[in-house]
Amino acid sequence: MSKVLHQPEGTLKFGFWVYLMTDCVLFASFFATYIVLRNNTFGGPAGHDIFNLNYVLVETIILLISSFTSGLAMLAVQNKEKGQALMLFGVTLLLGLTFLFMEVSEFRNLIADGNGPARSGFLSSYFSLVGLHGLHIAAGSIAMAIGMFQIMKKGLTESISERLNCLSLFWHFLDIIWIFIFTIVYLMGAL
Amino acid sequence: MNVLFGNLTLSAFQHDPVQLGGVVFMFLGIIGVLGLITYLKRWKWIWTEWVTTTDHKKIGVMYIIIAVVMLLRGLMDASILRLQQVLSVGSSNGVLTSDHFQQIVTAHGTIMIFFVAMGLLFGIINLVVPLQIGARDVAFPFLNSTSFWLYALGAVLINMSLFVGEFAATGWLAYPPLSELAYSPGVGVDYYIWALQISGVGSLLSGVNFLVTIFKMRCQGMSLMKMPMFVWSVIGSMSLVVFAFPILTATLAMLSLDRFFGMHFFTAGMGGNPMMYVNLIWAWGHPEVYILVLPAFGIFSEIVATFSQKRLFGYKSMVWAIMSITFLSFVVWLHHFFTMGAGADVNSFFGIMTMIIAIPTGVKVFNWLFTMYRGRVHFTTPMLWFLGFVTTFTIGGMTGVLMASPPADFQLHNSLFLVAHFHNMIIGGVVFGFFAGITYWFPKYFGFKLNEKIGAYAFWCWIVGFLLAFVPLYILGLMGATRRLDHYDPSMGWQGLFIVSGVGLMIIFLGVALQILQFAVSIWQRKQNRDLTGDLWNGRTLEWSTTSPPPHYNFAILPVVEDRDPFWVAKEKGAPLTSRHYEDIVMPKNTPLGLYIATFAFLFGFAMVWHMTWLAIVGVIGVITVLAIRSFDDDTHYTITAAEVAHIESGAHHE
Repeated sequence: MSKVLHQPEGTLKFGFWVYLMTDCVLFASFFATYIVLRNNTFGGPAGHDIFNLNYVLVETIILLISSFTSGLAMLAVQNKEKGQALMLFGVTLLLGLTFLFMEVSEFRNLIADGNGPARSGFLSSYFSLVGLHGLHIAAGSIAMAIGMFQIMKKGLTESISERLNCLSLFWHFLDIIWIFIFTIVYLMGAL
Repeated sequence: MNVLFGNLTLSAFQHDPVQLGGVVFMFLGIIGVLGLITYLKRWKWIWTEWVTTTDHKKIGVMYIIIAVVMLLRGLMDASILRLQQVLSVGSSNGVLTSDHFQQIVTAHGTIMIFFVAMGLLFGIINLVVPLQIGARDVAFPFLNSTSFWLYALGAVLINMSLFVGEFAATGWLAYPPLSELAYSPGVGVDYYIWALQISGVGSLLSGVNFLVTIFKMRCQGMSLMKMPMFVWSVIGSMSLVVFAFPILTATLAMLSLDRFFGMHFFTAGMGGNPMMYVNLIWAWGHPEVYILVLPAFGIFSEIVATFSQKRLFGYKSMVWAIMSITFLSFVVWLHHFFTMGAGADVNSFFGIMTMIIAIPTGVKVFNWLFTMYRGRVHFTTPMLWFLGFVTTFTIGGMTGVLMASPPADFQLHNSLFLVAHFHNMIIGGVVFGFFAGITYWFPKYFGFKLNEKIGAYAFWCWIVGFLLAFVPLYILGLMGATRRLDHYDPSMGWQGLFIVSGVGLMIIFLGVALQILQFAVSIWQRKQNRDLTGDLWNGRTLEWSTTSPPPHYNFAILPVVEDRDPFWVAKEKGAPLTSRHYEDIVMPKNTPLGLYIATFAFLFGFAMVWHMTWLAIVGVIGVITVLAIRSFDDDTHYTITAAEVAHIESGAHHE
């Protein structure tokens, strides 16, 4: 790999970090908008009317565990233990999908109660910020499924390991973003 | 709503005569180009050598070609606008309806910034940066190709609005609530959003790519403080891209959510906040100005040093100036709307910050002038562009400082004074800079020089035309003429100045015609103007150390540098920069996948404009599928053996 293009070691990883920073700015824009619009409920419900902290806590724990398992999976990748890596990525993917499922059903319930994203400025920014995170989780899940398929087909080659490394960075990053969502949106909204 | 076509009906293809003229002109152009390629039997060549290429030099050339085509479109828009302003006085209504006038204003601004300036910017960066840092390509060549095609298909989408449907009539930044569904129910704003989203993602990815390229791919010995000044300016510019473009993506995404799902981010009612949009869009928009102008500064730094045959004066202060401008450009966005009413404290802060930017910029101007001082100055065309730039840009800078004062800005806000100011900065700064860069580096990539005489004529037309076109706008602005004005009363006494401005525009057109002639004549007489040395201008940096045009691997042997201006130092010492022992070279393979990704993104954008759900799904699945296919391909590079390198090099040296 290092011979390719005479690219120095770690170029992909550095590039991925820079990309993550751009993603960070993307989220920052949605956070800023949420903070500006969070009180613009326009007669609709406010955060404390609709947030169920226990439910969100379960979501949070699931996502945190998935971050942990993806870390373990990367250890397995480094130790070249194919079966273990596949199993741990499988668990991570499953947890990610569970999280997504919970988020979608939370959204569906809100919409069913007439509190959809078109209800008020607050709900628009809430759905979009949390939904943007969900979209990232979905993209990460697709990438993870493809990555697992590649491990099965080709084994833990150098290039696949390098990409999985980026994927796990992405997954941890989404975890950090979620901590901010949990704090700023849910905790500060429910209090 | 139709399942197959969404909101697209035949009425989208009906236009008034002026628009129809544009459509016919566009189609004649497309048919002409396609016909020419078919006639010359060059389709295979186009596909293998250009469309699928991952070579940064060819991608750079393609960026510039598209940008030039878009420049012509933008100029035609400008001339229709000016014609309207000359004619539409009192009882006469001119040639355009109000709505169509506003669409053209929007198209002019959007095209000039996103598809001309950005295209020229990434074109030149692609061409020059890898060579200047002694690399064989960018860090991620496939990503580079993808970025280019996203830009190109964004340009296709915006031109498509001319033919299918309409364009936004909102001004180039599409402020809500005007750009919301309630007040802009047509597809114009959607075209605007998706053309910018697609090309904007391309720009963002390029930003990442070039930052990584510069930080990771520099040749041995080139520490940060030994980099050419252009590379420093690109670091500044690309850092801004990386931090600012996600804000644009987010802002446009929110606006499209408002329009598509009836959300209330920026609507006038239901808890939306239109000023949030204005803040966000300028948090991107102000850095965008510096994204464009910093590399122009870098280009001039190279040119002034080369044509003064002297080391650049004040290298370190130049680096600090670039980096402080990079930082300061993020803390001035509010000066675009002092009239928002944020209060005296906030306005003062942003006013002072804005004025402070003049300091590093002034440092740069003096550095260039001191570089010329006691140098052996060669008054070539790039140098003429530089001198034109220094004078016009300084004038523009001073009007900017004037408007940085909030009380003055309250008077000048949204007037033609402002329009004159930013054209002064963007034409006098960015466009002159890119023209200078193209003239300067053209021989490097094509192996022959551009005609100097016609180039000088073109320059004089541009500068005279520019002054005639925009100085009247300053005066008109002080007289109270507002921007985007499509009709006024003769008693205002503005018509004469608009006519002068129109004459200026015609002289600029003459300049453009001369530039086209310059290319034609230079290509025609390329045998006489061939440069066999690779170092036409007695250059200082690494790009001049390789042949003109460079082999596709740029350097047969990667250079090792010890000083700033390494090639100049090597020439002075008389030592060859490299030995002649060749090794195998690994290069990226060509791939059409970047084009496919951009095509699916384009289909997605078009589907979102017309609400064709099925096509949007096809677009998303298409992008994901192509990315997945790419991730399965381990065979993305090929090797040029040392023997082949030796063969190519011997040919190059004997030519």
